[in-house]
Amino acid sequence: MLQINTWKRVLIWSVCVIGLLMALPNAFYTRVEQSNDAKTEIELGIDTPEIQAKAGQWPSWLPSLLVNLGLDLRGGAHLLAEVKVEDVYESRMEAMWPEIREALRDERATVGTIRKQQSSPDEIRVLISQPEGMTRALEVVRGLARQVQTLTGVGATDIEARAEGDTIIVQLSEAEKLASDDRTVRQALEIIRRRIDEVGTREPTIQRQGADRILIQVPGIGSAGELKEIIGTTAQLTFNPVNGPANSLEDVVRPGQKVVPSLDEGGRLYVIDAAPVVTGEELVDAQPSFDQNGRPAVSFRFNTSGARKFGDYTLENIGAPFAIVLDDEVISAPVIQSHIPGGSGIITGDFTVEESTNLAVLLRAGALPAGLEFLEERTIGPELGQDSIDAGKVATIIAFAAVLIFMALSYGLFGIFANVALIINVGLIFGLLSLIGATLTLPGIAGIVLTVGMAVDANVLIFERIREELKSAKGPARAIELGYEKALSAILDANVTTFITAVILFAMGSGPVRGFAITLGLGILTSVFTAIFVTRLMIVLWFERRRPKMIEV
Amino acid sequence: MRLKLVPQNTSFDFFSRWKIWLGISALMMVVAFTSFMLQGLNFGIDFRGGTTIRTQSTQEIDVGVYRDALAPLELGDVTITEIFDPSFGPDENVAMIRIQAQEDAEAVTSEVIDRVGEVLAVADPGLNLPFESVESVGPKVSGELIQTAVIAVVLAIGAVLVYIWLRFEWQFALGAVAALVHDVILTIGIFSELQIRFDLAIIAALLTIVGYSLNDTVVVFDRVRENLRKYKKKDLKEVLNISINETLSRTVMTSVTTLLALISLYVLGGDVIRGFVFAMIWGVIVGTYSSVFVASTILLWLGVKRDWSKPSNTSGNQFANIDA
Repeated sequence: MLQINTWKRVLIWSVCVIGLLMALPNAFYTRVEQSNDAKTEIELGIDTPEIQAKAGQWPSWLPSLLVNLGLDLRGGAHLLAEVKVEDVYESRMEAMWPEIREALRDERATVGTIRKQQSSPDEIRVLISQPEGMTRALEVVRGLARQVQTLTGVGATDIEARAEGDTIIVQLSEAEKLASDDRTVRQALEIIRRRIDEVGTREPTIQRQGADRILIQVPGIGSAGELKEIIGTTAQLTFNPVNGPANSLEDVVRPGQKVVPSLDEGGRLYVIDAAPVVTGEELVDAQPSFDQNGRPAVSFRFNTSGARKFGDYTLENIGAPFAIVLDDEVISAPVIQSHIPGGSGIITGDFTVEESTNLAVLLRAGALPAGLEFLEERTIGPELGQDSIDAGKVATIIAFAAVLIFMALSYGLFGIFANVALIINVGLIFGLLSLIGATLTLPGIAGIVLTVGMAVDANVLIFERIREELKSAKGPARAIELGYEKALSAILDANVTTFITAVILFAMGSGPVRGFAITLGLGILTSVFTAIFVTRLMIVLWFERRRPKMIEV
Repeated sequence: MRLKLVPQNTSFDFFSRWKIWLGISALMMVVAFTSFMLQGLNFGIDFRGGTTIRTQSTQEIDVGVYRDALAPLELGDVTITEIFDPSFGPDENVAMIRIQAQEDAEAVTSEVIDRVGEVLAVADPGLNLPFESVESVGPKVSGELIQTAVIAVVLAIGAVLVYIWLRFEWQFALGAVAALVHDVILTIGIFSELQIRFDLAIIAALLTIVGYSLNDTVVVFDRVRENLRKYKKKDLKEVLNISINETLSRTVMTSVTTLLALISLYVLGGDVIRGFVFAMIWGVIVGTYSSVFVASTILLWLGVKRDWSKPSNTSGNQFANIDA
């Protein structure tokens, strides 16, 4: 007969209560959001009474996870960028040339004179005057190759050399290209992440997509153009002559000079020459290291032209102060002690180990490793987003009310049971969305509205079945039981098929469409749960109290 | 007093005029297909590449003025449509500007957008800047999106075919899939006929229609399966009729609740998702029709193996009796 174990009842109610509690914060969205932000700030060590008050707006013992709002609801910018990984091949080949030249010169006796030919940027073509020495030449060039770690295992080297008549052609190997592409995209991803984090916007999404694409979504930013600028800026490191201290940023200085603040000595200002002696573009390497006193520092090395300029300047200005400037802030302003000829040096400052590591990464990674091509750009204004939220809210409420009234009119008391289940159902959807940190988009709202319409389906199936069973004049209890039993296979088949399409939509779709798939899929799960368990439990509870001889569905 | 859309006991004969119903469906599919071949679809930038800009102005929008203002920029094919929505106030005049994909760049550059903003601000002093939304998709991505969308629809239909085949028999699967194809073609047809913008969200709507239509078909088929076991002596046509009549009340109820929700979204949900919701409303109507008149008729046509007593290698299979 109609029986449900006590522990099952407890389980069903607990799922509902937990689900609704998880959904609760979304009803007070702004308040919870402010409170969450304030709590993060407190964790970071910023603690003012004002922030404390904001944090206190939402009690900490309540769940505080929120549904993320998608760009189409919150406003913001979306970019899909393709990293031009081939850019890197070119610079790799350029860097390779001096090495090849030296190696071949040492073999002048066998290969004769060498001459670099015109070629496409991702290869080097070298003409040798004694073709009979080709075997030796190839041997020498191949000797320069380094091992590459690949998934397939051993044997792969980073460059490939082959002969074409009296010309040697050197290229990156396929294995090295793959490895290089991967490194390039990772590095680009890291730099983009760093740049966007610096600006400090909320919850940016920066994801790698496929082999060479990066998806960037930043809520709350003005436009995709603005976002591109942020990504495009590089950490600008310069070495400038110092003219003296300044009193304020507005100090009048001579043309060609400017006032910049110090990065860590609060309030200290320097007047420097606007034209740098050397710039970070001429850096070839930067590594975290330690100075002679064992304090964290960053060591760097210039390329040939940078080294020459730096060497000349230090030779002529021994005893003069000299500023190392990063993005218009002075990291340190040491006095030149001696001539620094080798083009390498060390930046000391009041760094922690972590800071010196970051600075090294920033300097090394300063510019993006390769160009970006933007394949897709979307900017949604915050007002349009707010309009969509408002419209979505109203539409959902009206849809909800219409379905509730219709169900109550059609099925009376049983309709009201279904309605309670429907309300729990929508609560559960929001609870689940918050729990998994899913993103709600405008089509996602449509998915919820659609679920509201379709969620009653399972109940309708059951109720219609109960009606039918009542006709064959079994007792009400038996009719209810049979109704549930027989409707089950139809409910299951119908929902599994819809769920399949939701899964496919999720797997194939992107952005807003994926948001729709999520709400549709979750809606199917929760509606089956509420129909099979929640309404049933309500009907059983009612039945146990009333023991009606007759029921009308 | 209960609201009853469908009387308690019905005994409509759904197959007395099955040729007419199939004829109507076939005719509509031909119309849809012809429209698709002749006019094609009004693809949005998701599938065609290009840029759309949504503008809002406090003044009445004159499309001609906008067009003249943009002409000197030489952006190629530019379409401007004004958008109306009951939720807009008198000072909210919205237009959609669509610019074709530019040859030299994958996505439109922000300089172009800024230029468009400048010239429009001169032409229309009431224009709000920055624009409400700017979306730009390069030809590379749009090509891939079309491909993915087609794969998604085909995959969904394929997966469903397999599922129903496992749970029922192949005749059921074919009937259900015929209904799905019918629904998808008619939906694409109406988008072509009315030249409503067809973008990525519409693909989501299409897949939802697939899901919904299937939902309906499966419920009817489930009852057919049950009744085939119950009424072993009755012929298939009669069993199908009984099954459809028995489930008719549910079919109508669910369609009505879903439509109630969707119509509310259509009227109040704003213009951004109106096309999407329109597709779903149409799909629910067509899907309900097709599950009765297309799927079942095809099932009748194909016939079903009736003797369930002896196991054989064609009668359903081990998955058919899971009544979990």
